[in-house]
Amino acid sequence: MAECFDEMKGADGSVRPAYEGLDAWLRDLSPDVLDQRCQEAELLFRRIGITFAVYGEADSTERLIPFDVIPRILSSSEWTLLQRGLTQRVKAINMYLKDIYGRREILKAGVIPEDLVFQNQVFRPEMNAQKVPHDVYVHIAGIDIVRVGPETFYVLEDNARTPSGVSYMLENREIMMRLFPDLFSRYRVAPVENYPDELLATLKSVAPETAAAEPNVVLLSPGIYNSAYFEHSFLADKLGIELVEGRDLLVKGGVVYMRTTEGPKRVDVIYRRVDDDFLDPLAFRPDSSLGVPGLMSAYQAGQVTLANAVGTGIADDKAIYSYMPDIVKFYLSEEPILQNVPTWRCRDPKHLSHVLDKLDELVVKEVHGSGGYGMLIGPMADKGKLAAFRTRIEADPKNYIAQPTLALSTCPTWVERGVAPRHIDLRPFVLTGKDTVRIVPGGLTRVALQRGSLVVNSSQGGGTKDTWVLDT
Amino acid sequence: MRIRVSHQTTYHYDSPATRVIQTLRMTPRPHDGQHVVRWRIDVSADCRLTTQEDAFGNITHSFTAEVPTDQLDVLVEGEVETQDTDGLLHGTIERFPPSFYLRETELTRADPAILAFARDVAGTATDPIARLHALTRAVYSEVTFDADPTHSATTASEAFSLRRGVCQDLSHVFVAAARSLGIPSRYVGGYFWRNDGITAQEAGHAWVESHVPDLGWVAFDPTHAMCATDAYVRVATGLDYLGAAPVRGTRFGGVGETLEVAVNVAQAFQQLQN
Repeated sequence: MAECFDEMKGADGSVRPAYEGLDAWLRDLSPDVLDQRCQEAELLFRRIGITFAVYGEADSTERLIPFDVIPRILSSSEWTLLQRGLTQRVKAINMYLKDIYGRREILKAGVIPEDLVFQNQVFRPEMNAQKVPHDVYVHIAGIDIVRVGPETFYVLEDNARTPSGVSYMLENREIMMRLFPDLFSRYRVAPVENYPDELLATLKSVAPETAAAEPNVVLLSPGIYNSAYFEHSFLADKLGIELVEGRDLLVKGGVVYMRTTEGPKRVDVIYRRVDDDFLDPLAFRPDSSLGVPGLMSAYQAGQVTLANAVGTGIADDKAIYSYMPDIVKFYLSEEPILQNVPTWRCRDPKHLSHVLDKLDELVVKEVHGSGGYGMLIGPMADKGKLAAFRTRIEADPKNYIAQPTLALSTCPTWVERGVAPRHIDLRPFVLTGKDTVRIVPGGLTRVALQRGSLVVNSSQGGGTKDTWVLDT
Repeated sequence: MRIRVSHQTTYHYDSPATRVIQTLRMTPRPHDGQHVVRWRIDVSADCRLTTQEDAFGNITHSFTAEVPTDQLDVLVEGEVETQDTDGLLHGTIERFPPSFYLRETELTRADPAILAFARDVAGTATDPIARLHALTRAVYSEVTFDADPTHSATTASEAFSLRRGVCQDLSHVFVAAARSLGIPSRYVGGYFWRNDGITAQEAGHAWVESHVPDLGWVAFDPTHAMCATDAYVRVATGLDYLGAAPVRGTRFGGVGETLEVAVNVAQAFQQLQN
């Protein structure tokens, strides 16, 4: 594998300016003190109760997500680049969704093959010709970014459905400020605490026209068995809005109401963390008990705003991902600021034969997989696994894409009483409202705690770090 | 032919349901060969019917009703003037290009048995219309009409392995097989007038439409092994039963729901039977 870029030491081994303060601080600090702080951090997390559940494990109780006390630091100029790139990307995604569910110009122009959209289960015919307030479909995007060099950031995934993780961004910062006030005094770190305010402002700005001056916003959760339930209750609390489940809402006369002790109260905006499939048993899966019967009918009548909109999966689908640079150019007539990871589409016979030739060098992903499941990391796989995956790809090529194994950047991380480089990624959260895009400076940095591992997903043993964006 | 339809659904509850919410796809739209003379929907409870159009261009009526009693009636009734077009459809509402209707759904997934069946039936015929006629006959003879073993959530694959089912199941098998041959196909819900004088039926009817280059959409009925004629009243279309279902609904409270459906399809001059 190629030499990877270290966020602290750079390419030549000298400490990069943004990390000078951290480097000095780490050298002053005895490992015992750091170790003790790590234990304090864990205690704090346990007390707050930040947990997540892992699906498919026999004992799928809630687990504590590992937290690393060494922050990941981005300079002001690096952040400016990311911010411009993210804004551009999310703008294009919203224009694309409006087009796909409207005039379908991008299909007529032959930029994206029609079958990739129409045959795709995440394309929702129910959204066809449906108007959404201010043409915003993706109000909250969690764009996964990886870094491979001093200037090179790639977008790994556009999470445009119900991205999670922002509660860790907020909690990690709070814990860090409590544990390391001295380290903060060495830096000017841009605040992230205003995220809940920015999110609420975003949600209120897209309320339907029928809403009162002070729209009623609620957070719809699938309930306590969802892996992100902690985040749902955390955010509802921070936003000062009601946390509801499907059974708390009802639709009558085309309007959505929330049951309260004072009788039904009209709901204008639903920040929903329930997947499309489960939103409304009258429109989608009839066996869903998590949704609100009749919700789609109220949505179609423009009586309620859903954030994110229904059907946004057709933007972050892995089969569509490889077209994202073309999507940016098509709608904005601009060159993409953030690049895609080079991607081979196995549906294309030429790409397929390349992928099968180089299987041991590539990362192969299922088009509809998530959370790092159903994925092959060629260089890490033994012969048996490679052969098994080859058979799976050959049986259904269109279900797979492949990418080179990326040399993800590393960041100093506290491991077993020592500091060592570990691979990281970054998920900033992009908020799109009526006429502004808001990005809180920072995001969720995920770190692969196993030495050499590239899998940062929390469901597969990854941890998180606080992400610092420096004010100049 | 002038066809008169009456479709009465009665829900009985042992203890009253507090609230019922439903979306109905029970209103036909006109196209060449189908003129809607009159049509009405009547819900026994006090509620507002909201009319919308769904993704496929079907007319939907939604309502939320408080049901203080132990019974709810939904009556759909009207008259449609039809002409025989040899199954060819013109003037229908199209919201998607034909290729959209190659999309698989859970109810219409072609399993290996259906794939093999489709390949077999297609045989050496290359002309899509010949393949579709062959498929209509093959589904008709392969899958026996039987209302017992299947229900509204039975998949094409389950019905095909049973070799039994109702018009919904036969249509699902047809759609799954036709799509696997690369022929865009969709599910149609509606009514069928019987020429044997019997007007009382237990349910509506279902058949399919497939898209053939140069001809457009053509209607096939695997349950009767023929193309749709002027005996058919076309009400709703979708990728499968769920997309065209006459009623999708749910209720809050109320236990022991029983359902009674009475469908009558008669020529306008015929006497309706009770």
